[in-house]
Amino acid sequence: MPPDTFFSGAPHWTWFIVPYFYVGGLAGGAYFLAALLEWFGQPDDRPVIRTGYRVAAWGAIVSGVLLTIDLGRPLRFWHMLFQSANLPAIMFKPWSPISFGAWAILLFGLFAVLSALGSAAEEGRLQAPLLRAVGSVVRGGVAKLVAAVGGLLGFFVAGYTGVLLSVTNRPIWSDSPWLGALFVASGASTGAAALILLAPARGATTRSLEWLSSFDSKALVVELVVLAIFIGSLGAVNRAWLSVWGLLLLVGVVWLGILAPLRLHMQGRPLAGAAKLVLLGGFLLRLATMLASEGIDRYRVAAGM
Amino acid sequence: MAEAMGFFTDTTVCIGCKACEVACKEWNQLPAENGGIRELSGDSYDNTRRLDGIHWRHVRFIEQFKGPYDGRWLMMSDVCKHCVQAGCLEVCPTGAIIRTEFDTVVIQSDVCNGCRACIAACPFGVIDINPVSGTAQKCTLCYDRLKVGLEPACSKACPTDSIQFGTIAELRPRAQKRVDQLKAQGVEAHLYGADPTGPLGGLNSFYLLVDKDEVYGLPHKPQLPSRNLTKSAGFSVLSAGVLGVLALVGLRKRRMDQVGGSGGSN
Repeated sequence: MPPDTFFSGAPHWTWFIVPYFYVGGLAGGAYFLAALLEWFGQPDDRPVIRTGYRVAAWGAIVSGVLLTIDLGRPLRFWHMLFQSANLPAIMFKPWSPISFGAWAILLFGLFAVLSALGSAAEEGRLQAPLLRAVGSVVRGGVAKLVAAVGGLLGFFVAGYTGVLLSVTNRPIWSDSPWLGALFVASGASTGAAALILLAPARGATTRSLEWLSSFDSKALVVELVVLAIFIGSLGAVNRAWLSVWGLLLLVGVVWLGILAPLRLHMQGRPLAGAAKLVLLGGFLLRLATMLASEGIDRYRVAAGM
Repeated sequence: MAEAMGFFTDTTVCIGCKACEVACKEWNQLPAENGGIRELSGDSYDNTRRLDGIHWRHVRFIEQFKGPYDGRWLMMSDVCKHCVQAGCLEVCPTGAIIRTEFDTVVIQSDVCNGCRACIAACPFGVIDINPVSGTAQKCTLCYDRLKVGLEPACSKACPTDSIQFGTIAELRPRAQKRVDQLKAQGVEAHLYGADPTGPLGGLNSFYLLVDKDEVYGLPHKPQLPSRNLTKSAGFSVLSAGVLGVLALVGLRKRRMDQVGGSGGSN
């Protein structure tokens, strides 16, 4: 008989949610690294920090848009934040990942935009007086404080999506508690990869890029270990991977997205190639994990198909 | 609060007439699928196939045939289980899903924003999006009828009393009596979801079955989605902690190398 999770229904989280999970994770990882450098980096890390904030701000905005348009009733997106029949009471369920996730993405977006404005003001790129005024406040100690809170929120946004999937009754997702940890590691590796690709255009030094490359390698190793634990923890449910998504996980994620860039990093080859593979692998990880489960429909199982 | 109300569905007397499906559709004004042009399943006499946003009742046909003269039909009118501990209600981020005074679980369509968290949370695959409203929908146990003292449309229409409506306190002993009666006749029958100490605190829509739960498309041990919350969150924090430490160690090593390098050049 099939496992109990095979009797649940698919939520049809597909073409907006897969990119959201990817962009959200990447943005969270990029902000976390920028925040670390804000606190513990050196003056020549500023281009990477500025790139990280910019990636995070745009990532948070894109995430919010993707999340909203995926809703069956997009104009009711605010029902997740406020009680629609009891305004202005807050709507918040700490035991529901989708509820605290809605708040987390909002707050993360706020902090990411503040940091991005601060770094844009630092470069003298802000023309509008209001934005310049806000940006000029986010400097020094304030910038560090914003980065500390935003960095934690960044990792939260990267990981809660995996927790959200685990807190369901769907096959694969809820059959293991390791998806959140896997998405955190993937968010960190893709965040670093995005910075490796984008920061040179803003004047990043070789020293900063080498640190990013070194961190990316470590994040990929963590990702590989967590992925192995995740697969191991699925037990008999692993037969659900006997599909095109399982092949994608093996070839696209493990080989192209983790092992190949690790090899490139170790060989000290040009960083951009490895970074592009990491970004591809991160996307394919979300795609394979989401669609492998989405494809299993309860009535097929019940009918013995 | 009023008494807890629900359904006891005796699958042994279901004849698969689908009167309950029709009554449900009529009362709740649920739209036809695909503009009324239905596709046949092609491999079963059951063409509804599943519960979803526009089918809040579904008579499941289980065709157990080894040959033309060797087999049996099992039929079960499936519906929302109105779980005492409901996974959908637990995860709903908008507060659209509520527990009523009858201990039933209802989705308020004017509050739901169609995020679909409840669909993935339900262990029975009951909920789905209604394409007309764009919101998640399922059986309300005819909340509007209950409020004015009427019986739900499906049980009212059931010609064999396979679907019995009443208070849970009254339905449970009645169901057990029927199980005892069938067992005395040599039929292997059992109740699914009638035990208040069982999974999900019991189901307010429970069943009498004569085969394994899974044969009827029912999970043997349905669970709440929150069972994974603490572990999953804990492992995520652990992963974030490991990555944070690795990043800091890398930064420290870089600084030490720099100090070492500048020391060597002096």
